[in-house]
Amino acid sequence: MLLLALIASPVLAAGVAAALASESLRPYVLPAAAAGHLALSLVALSASNPSSLGGWLALDPPGRLVLLLLSVLFLICSIYVVGYLRYRRELSNRVFVPCLLLFLGMTTLVVCSQHVGLMWVAVEASTLATAPLIYFNRTPRSIEATWKYLLVGSVGIALALLGSFVLAYASLGDDPSLLFGDLLRRANRMNPSWLRVAFALLLVGYGTKMGLAPMHTWKPDAYGEAPGVVGALLAGGMTSCAFLALLRVFRICQAGGEGAYASRLLVVFGLLSIAVAAIFMLGQRDFKRMLAYSSIEHMGILVLGVGLGGYGIFAALLHMLNNGLTKGVLFLSAANIHRAFDSKSIDEVRGAMRRVPLSGTLFLFGFLAITGSPPFGPFVSEFLIVSRAFAADRFFVGGGLLLLLLVVFAGMGRTVLPMLQGQPSPEAERTSYHDGLLTGLPLVISMAIVLLFGLHIPSPIEALLRDAAAYLEMIPGAR
Amino acid sequence: MLRLSIINLLLVGILLLNLFMLGTSRIRALIQAAALQGVVLGVMPLLIAGYGTWTTGLIAIGTVALKGSVIPQMLRRALREAQIKREVEPLIGFVPTMLLGALGTLLSIAFASGLPLEPQHRELLIVPASFSTVVTGFLLLTTRIKAITQVIGYLVLENGIFIFGMLLVEAMPFLVEIGILLDLFVGIFVVSIIIHHINREFASLDTRLLASLKE
Repeated sequence: MLLLALIASPVLAAGVAAALASESLRPYVLPAAAAGHLALSLVALSASNPSSLGGWLALDPPGRLVLLLLSVLFLICSIYVVGYLRYRRELSNRVFVPCLLLFLGMTTLVVCSQHVGLMWVAVEASTLATAPLIYFNRTPRSIEATWKYLLVGSVGIALALLGSFVLAYASLGDDPSLLFGDLLRRANRMNPSWLRVAFALLLVGYGTKMGLAPMHTWKPDAYGEAPGVVGALLAGGMTSCAFLALLRVFRICQAGGEGAYASRLLVVFGLLSIAVAAIFMLGQRDFKRMLAYSSIEHMGILVLGVGLGGYGIFAALLHMLNNGLTKGVLFLSAANIHRAFDSKSIDEVRGAMRRVPLSGTLFLFGFLAITGSPPFGPFVSEFLIVSRAFAADRFFVGGGLLLLLLVVFAGMGRTVLPMLQGQPSPEAERTSYHDGLLTGLPLVISMAIVLLFGLHIPSPIEALLRDAAAYLEMIPGAR
Repeated sequence: MLRLSIINLLLVGILLLNLFMLGTSRIRALIQAAALQGVVLGVMPLLIAGYGTWTTGLIAIGTVALKGSVIPQMLRRALREAQIKREVEPLIGFVPTMLLGALGTLLSIAFASGLPLEPQHRELLIVPASFSTVVTGFLLLTTRIKAITQVIGYLVLENGIFIFGMLLVEAMPFLVEIGILLDLFVGIFVVSIIIHHINREFASLDTRLLASLKE
């Protein structure tokens, strides 16, 4: 019941928001629903083993982590949206607000799904819920971005469906159940060739949703044209859900004795994504697109960490939290700078520190954090992943990763620093935007958590991380 | 035995339709071929399962109605509104894509022969037909420039996945299948909205106009 309520409450709130006639009151549904969702999530996390619908809905340890991240990130973003929409009164939010809530509901369903088919339906539903969000600005460019998002995303999800079918066929026997727990028990009887095909298809499919290269092409367009808050939710929430889907499939693959094959694929896709992102980040003049490439890079780091195995898995899970929250800061502060200058090109944006000091400072901190500078959280997780590569004698992987991280740092720095420094040029008009409580405080909170994770991981979070890593490493009945 | 021969005959028909779709320049014919493919796919679960319960019947009717009628109607309407008749200047010519499609089919057959099947499926061409149709959809998606042709490519890709689903039609709960049909419909619905908006904003369905976002 608890999990059903967790999924249903945002969906109901979406209905309420759609029924509300007042444009100015509607955004307030978001923080209310988000607070309720976080409260229910905390109850669900403290419950020993919540499950509903005959085991179709349950929370596994990695799911708990993603649920917490999703709920906190959504609360942060929902407060921001209230402030953001005050600057966008010219556009109706009648579709925008309900779709944000549907996104929360459907991603929560992904997290709670313990059935291969249900999880797939939930990923598809969350894609459909986010498409109108990208189209919010109603410009030709945003249509183009939405079109690419839907087309590439649908192809990816279609391949994930084929992968799910192949997985189902590989597991065919006297018991037709497609619950992850049952699949895991039967994994050692699965045919290895089918299992390999299934993993490859699911990696490409859910990898498209994560934005791994070479299936990343929708990402710069979608993140570049969507409102910053949508970018934050996609880069921190949606991608983490797709990563969770991949982790569940990876676990079955490991139990079926194909763990080495799966890890190899993950390392290759991971390094390729980081390399592609690094190349396109060099000389990037649009700072929102730059953040999209940064997201591709970090998705690469996540799957690379899992592919390296051992404590690399723990590091990847920690990095998922760090990346999600840091991306929140980056996308939201970038959106504020975008609003203040009415441009997202670094040719026109200069002296952001002077014009919007709070957003500028947070953008700088976010940049330092995401590129792995101490004392922020991502430094710890990236350091662990690099050290895992060397500990596992993967010198080329570790060396390549270090080199690419350096390129990314240089590339991002060349875009970010000129934006922030200097004087705003006289022709860059002053817009009505000023940093306020609603568009500032959520970012400060998010940044504070990222800093905290760098200094000391709170023990309840560490326990969740350890449980999830142990769950992914210890495979019952592996052959 | 007759049942198996009929199924294989239908699957060969689907493979031929794939090649036809890659070779044709007329979008109307392309829609027709995709619709025909959808109808053939719709009746296939009945043949495979070899019996008709009311759920298999319902799925068959639903598939035929959606893939054979509703979606083609939507596509034709979009076509009328955009006033386009044929795909000119594909990124790769029609003959080369047909050859690529044929190569994809051969590779699918070779690849499928390495995968073990359940005894009741060994005589059937389901796996190669499925992979080949997925490749066809992918080729249509990547080598054509009209938004509407790309949507048809996506539909063909979905058809390929549906064919693979035939292997599971007896063993798996129908809930998943119905979910998939619903999802297909919602996906097409959204895509048609997009076509509508692209058409209004750009007065064309040429995706080359959608090229302001690039590096």
